[in-house]
Amino acid sequence: MRASLILENGAVFLGQSIGEVGERVCELVFNTSMTGYQEILTDPSYAGQGVVMSYPLIGNYGVNHEDNESSRPWAEALIVRRLSPLGSNFRCEGTLDEYLKEYHIVGVQGVDTRALTRILRSQGTMNGMITCGSDFSIQDALERIKAYRVSGTVERVTRPAAEVFPPEGEGRFRVALMDFGVKQNMITCLTRRGCEVTVYPAHTTAEEILSGGFDGVMLSNGPGDPADNVEIIAQLKKLYDSDLPIFAVCLGHQLLALATGAKTHKMPFGHRGGNHPVKDLAAGRCFITSQNHGYVVTPETVDPAVAEISHVNVNDGTVEGLRYKRPNCFTVQFHPEAAPGPMDTEYLFDRFIDSMGGARHA
Amino acid sequence: MPKDPKIKKVLVLGSGPIVIGQAAEFDYAGTQACRALREEGVEVVLVNSNPATIMTDADIADHVYIEPLNVASVTQIIQRERPDSILPTLGGQTGLNLAMNLHEQGVLDEYGVRLLGTSPASIKKAEDRQEFKDAMEALGQPCVTSDVVESVEDAVAFAGRIGYPVIVRPAYTLGGTGGGIAYDEPSLREIADRGIHLSRVGQVLIERCIAGWKEIEFEVMRDRAGNVIQICSMENIDPVGVHTGDSIVVAPTQTLANKEYQMLRSAALDIISALEIEGGCNCQFALNPDSFEYAVIEVNPRVSRSSALASKATGYPIAKVAAKIALGYTLDEIPNAVTGKTTACFEPTLDYVVLKIPRLPFDKFTTASRTLGTQMKATGEVMAISNSFQGALMKAIRSLELNVKSLRLDGLEDLYTEEIEEKLADVDDQRLFVVAEALRRGFSPEKINAITKMDLWFLERFQDIIHMEAKLEHGVPDAETLQRAKEMGFSDAYIAALCGSTREAIKALREGMGIRPSFKMVDTCAAEFEAATPYYYSTYDRENEAQPTQDESRRKVLVLGSGPIRIGQGIEFDYCSVHSVWALKRLGCETIIINNNPETVSTDFDVADKLYFEPLTPEDVEAVVELEKPWGAVVQFGGQTAIKLAKALTDMGVPILGTSSDGVDAAEDRERFDAILRQCGIPRAEGRTVFTTEEAIRVANEVGYPVLVRPSYVLGGQGMEIAYNDRNITEFMRIINRTVQEHPILVDKYLMGREVEVDGVFDGEDILIPGIMEHVERAGVHSGDSISVYPSLHVEDKHKETILRYTRDLAKALGVIGLINIQFIIYSDQVYVIEVNPRSSRTIPYISKVTGVPIIDLATRVMLGAKLRDLGYGVDLYPEQKYYAVKMPIFSFEKLTDVDTGLGPEMKSTGEVLGLDESFPQALLKAFKGANLRAPKKGGRVIITVRDEDKGEILGIARGLADQDIEIIATAGTCAALTEAGIPAKHVNRVSEAHPNILDMIASGSVDLVINTPTKGRKHDTDGFKIRRSAVEHSVACVTAIDTARAILTVRAQSRSADLRPIDITRLKED
Repeated sequence: MRASLILENGAVFLGQSIGEVGERVCELVFNTSMTGYQEILTDPSYAGQGVVMSYPLIGNYGVNHEDNESSRPWAEALIVRRLSPLGSNFRCEGTLDEYLKEYHIVGVQGVDTRALTRILRSQGTMNGMITCGSDFSIQDALERIKAYRVSGTVERVTRPAAEVFPPEGEGRFRVALMDFGVKQNMITCLTRRGCEVTVYPAHTTAEEILSGGFDGVMLSNGPGDPADNVEIIAQLKKLYDSDLPIFAVCLGHQLLALATGAKTHKMPFGHRGGNHPVKDLAAGRCFITSQNHGYVVTPETVDPAVAEISHVNVNDGTVEGLRYKRPNCFTVQFHPEAAPGPMDTEYLFDRFIDSMGGARHA
Repeated sequence: MPKDPKIKKVLVLGSGPIVIGQAAEFDYAGTQACRALREEGVEVVLVNSNPATIMTDADIADHVYIEPLNVASVTQIIQRERPDSILPTLGGQTGLNLAMNLHEQGVLDEYGVRLLGTSPASIKKAEDRQEFKDAMEALGQPCVTSDVVESVEDAVAFAGRIGYPVIVRPAYTLGGTGGGIAYDEPSLREIADRGIHLSRVGQVLIERCIAGWKEIEFEVMRDRAGNVIQICSMENIDPVGVHTGDSIVVAPTQTLANKEYQMLRSAALDIISALEIEGGCNCQFALNPDSFEYAVIEVNPRVSRSSALASKATGYPIAKVAAKIALGYTLDEIPNAVTGKTTACFEPTLDYVVLKIPRLPFDKFTTASRTLGTQMKATGEVMAISNSFQGALMKAIRSLELNVKSLRLDGLEDLYTEEIEEKLADVDDQRLFVVAEALRRGFSPEKINAITKMDLWFLERFQDIIHMEAKLEHGVPDAETLQRAKEMGFSDAYIAALCGSTREAIKALREGMGIRPSFKMVDTCAAEFEAATPYYYSTYDRENEAQPTQDESRRKVLVLGSGPIRIGQGIEFDYCSVHSVWALKRLGCETIIINNNPETVSTDFDVADKLYFEPLTPEDVEAVVELEKPWGAVVQFGGQTAIKLAKALTDMGVPILGTSSDGVDAAEDRERFDAILRQCGIPRAEGRTVFTTEEAIRVANEVGYPVLVRPSYVLGGQGMEIAYNDRNITEFMRIINRTVQEHPILVDKYLMGREVEVDGVFDGEDILIPGIMEHVERAGVHSGDSISVYPSLHVEDKHKETILRYTRDLAKALGVIGLINIQFIIYSDQVYVIEVNPRSSRTIPYISKVTGVPIIDLATRVMLGAKLRDLGYGVDLYPEQKYYAVKMPIFSFEKLTDVDTGLGPEMKSTGEVLGLDESFPQALLKAFKGANLRAPKKGGRVIITVRDEDKGEILGIARGLADQDIEIIATAGTCAALTEAGIPAKHVNRVSEAHPNILDMIASGSVDLVINTPTKGRKHDTDGFKIRRSAVEHSVACVTAIDTARAILTVRAQSRSADLRPIDITRLKED
């Protein structure tokens, strides 16, 4: 079946429908990872967005139940050059197309994804609509497309209730993890290091966390404009004012920056992929990181009395990490938990573990 | 960390002659590195024995030594140049081994030369089997169960413990030379014995056989700050068991989920970090297809063939970045030349698929064993880029120039299905096509997977192609089918063949439907950043990114490259193409290159103004032509590949610069060429063109045996043989006609005279001949396999005059503008023409370097209208230089089982070295040293066994050897002839006689040299064949032409190693 992708700028790409037959309006973003489509689809940070994979062959190794990063795919739509009709891998349990259908994700293949990526790169992230209908009015569609805004996504993706994940082996620390759209591997990175992890819904109060007797708090990744989360930001300020060790990633990093007086802004087309070089300024070392963000902390708004920029993006100089003056508090924009992408910065979890060790013995 | 200011003068080691396992990729790497070093103000001293390379040009390095790559020679160069550092990791295994030897022998310490980049200890850790295993164990990286042994008995004992089959890998050899899979004890004994012998340190690794696992490679880089990045992942379609150089390889990996991918990527980064490599590194892994289990197969702590492929596949200039890292820079300090904005510290991400197919030499070596294993056999490779796997595959197949248009190999459709099933189990160069044929016969991908272990995903993609074929066979396709077929890389010609139409009709049909190629950029970043690389590939997608320039003031010239490296068409043609591009740029032209060989300098993105990485076929070239509308095209420099496209370009309306396609045709077309010779009054050996065996036999009897039999329009004497009787003719014609011949076959009287060769530049009025080269071997040995000497030794002045006149007359008569190459025979005091090629030849690079005449630059200028008289190098014969230059062929026989090493009219060499010195014997000695060929020492031992025709001539040589206190051993006939002439000779039993016979003696290692001249024919059961193969397999020098033997005597009697001095070719006039 034919499907069309209509862009906010009026461009129309024709292709074939994959996944659910239907219509969907979303924000279009591109991801340059060559592997990891299942992790990307199930990363809650993509809620409200349609993902364009710049690598042209997607679905080659099928899907399996182990590589989900959350309970279900959150991306609204998937746009690919070529979907593999079959998956070939020893863990393959089904095709990507079946998986998309199961979770009602719409998609289109046969699109010149490089041309589409070039539009998004040069004109910035924009909204779009996928439709399988043939008799649509571009004007009507464009009105709907332009009106769309990603909002309320943290509420949508967070857990309804707290959930406890036991440590692997002997428990060493208890960690409270704020779920703004957490990826499973972030939890695993902690449990594997001997943490018992209690994952809390996004709107849990600071008081509840602080009274829980935790060794540290981790703030997760998540979707949407960080500044929309006014109430969460207020709670995070209270956590910041405590002496609990804090480690935050992606949206969590942005939210803590907002809580401590800095600002964020939307990037033209964001960073999504597995090849972004980040420099750790203190160590003088560069690391290749996994990234997925459309917003970023505005460097001039970071008060040097509160925090210093610890990591920068080697490509464009944007803020990739903050080290707070307050003890045992550091945050990064990129994804040390990877999944998908390089695992080169997983050592940051060790650093978080160290910071909790410090707190316990203080 | 910025550049280390103490590094001011760097010695760069090249990789020596082109051999199987070490080809043009190191010229590409070395050239890029030299340029990167000079960019930083570092003075570069380059050593490489291979004169056909671009890196040995006077404008690539400050000091260039075309000298043997051995410790003695390089030590002299170090003494003379006093570099402060040496860069060992860009010259392949040869460069790395040599640097290690220099280090181990204390030369580097003695002269205070620092090894840049990776430390010797790290190199040893990666290269020494045991140290590597220990290092991997310490790192927790799994290796295949294995043990390093130094004797056959230990090998057998270990294999007994871990079970057969086992893989044997000799330490410190390139391309896995001498390795193999042993299925039982007898085969292990044989392979282990050979491997121990070939290893530099007498060690082999015996390991558990994991054939059938996925073979995955990662190219990684590290700087001295410890920053590590991955450049490219690659997956071999042929599972473990086939050398990666002989495997079909796809980039990036296709069948790995993120977990496996990241697991192996992390392993590669951990390994390069633990080994503390500074620069590029290649890690090969075997991955169990049914689990996360993996094993590290091999680590190359240097730039490699795979890194050339990775560079071209991603656009990331690995050699350049490695050179800057060696100078002390960190990755984040090195700008990314592709985007101009980002740095070298990032990982390229692809939005296309890259496929490499090896170019195997079995079209030339028709009798060689085609089986592929751990010993590499390919001479070159092609690469193709598309945004579909099928598209990349079909383009790569077209690029091979093997008369194959698609996944269909002539002959396979005639086999019974049972035979196809049996053939599926054969691991050889035809397997891809056998798999396709099996799919066509209805075999399921699962069944084929069970036999071949090729991943189902690949088999499904082959299946897509087969299904499309079937669809097209129903008749002229509709728009959607045609669009799909083009996306899958089907050529118009193949679509036409399937649906019963013509290429022209299919092209018109699809253009009517708006189905046209569009070009996409290779930008390292999947369009995330705006890039400035002018590096493109074709797709049938929506947006075309290649925007032709509209600058009317610049003439736009298309230069066609020479495709994959094969025997007969080597790196020389890339040298010529690149120099032509540079000359055109100097003349203010915009240059566009089309080529498909990832190993070459010409496919470096900053050589031409634009690079189209595409097959060199009329349709693929036409797509570029229709977009770019070039002012003219250059086809003279890209070997037969480019020349063959001259007519197609003319038909497209693109003017051929220089000699027209009609001139090319006149030189190749026997009737027309004969008419021109008659008109010029130039004699040639009598002969005619034929099509059938009967005609060939008739002509041969008319002109009288022996005769030369060869197809027209070929390079490197492909299919050329000397026939002595009707039976030979019948045999050769059958071989030639195995591939369909579009052109007639030539049968000529064979004249056994002195062969000389010239390259000339003709401007329509005047000719410039930089030098006359004389072949050591008389006519009958292919010019590419002959030792060639400049200036000529035995050509009388009157003949030089004749040669000059003939060259000028022929150039004029053929309408040559630009290059002409002519081979002559001087026979009975008369000069005959053997062959004329109105194009570049394989002698151009060397003759340019030793005479200082920039031939390609001059030819390019002349093609654009300049006159030789205005160019400063004069006309006619260029004055002879005071140096002798000896070009010596290099063979790769030890890599190819069942190939006869006997020289003849068909070319067999893969590369060459040069010896340059003040006298002929000294130059010859240098060439011998470059070729690693030792004349027997005093007290040494030579086996002589020659055919009856040579028994007279061998006497003088044998006497000379005996006078040098060399012991001569001979089989009955030769021994009798020698004894009768009063030359002391010892008798040895023939192959068929009782042990110990001649083969036992060769195997014993007590012989320094074998002189064996082959009897006629291609038969493989002759004693001579067995003797020659035995010599190769036991690394005993073996010469097969009387003249080569005489050259050895010259070296033995007249040269002195102690008097050799290195010569800087950039200072030839002063030195």
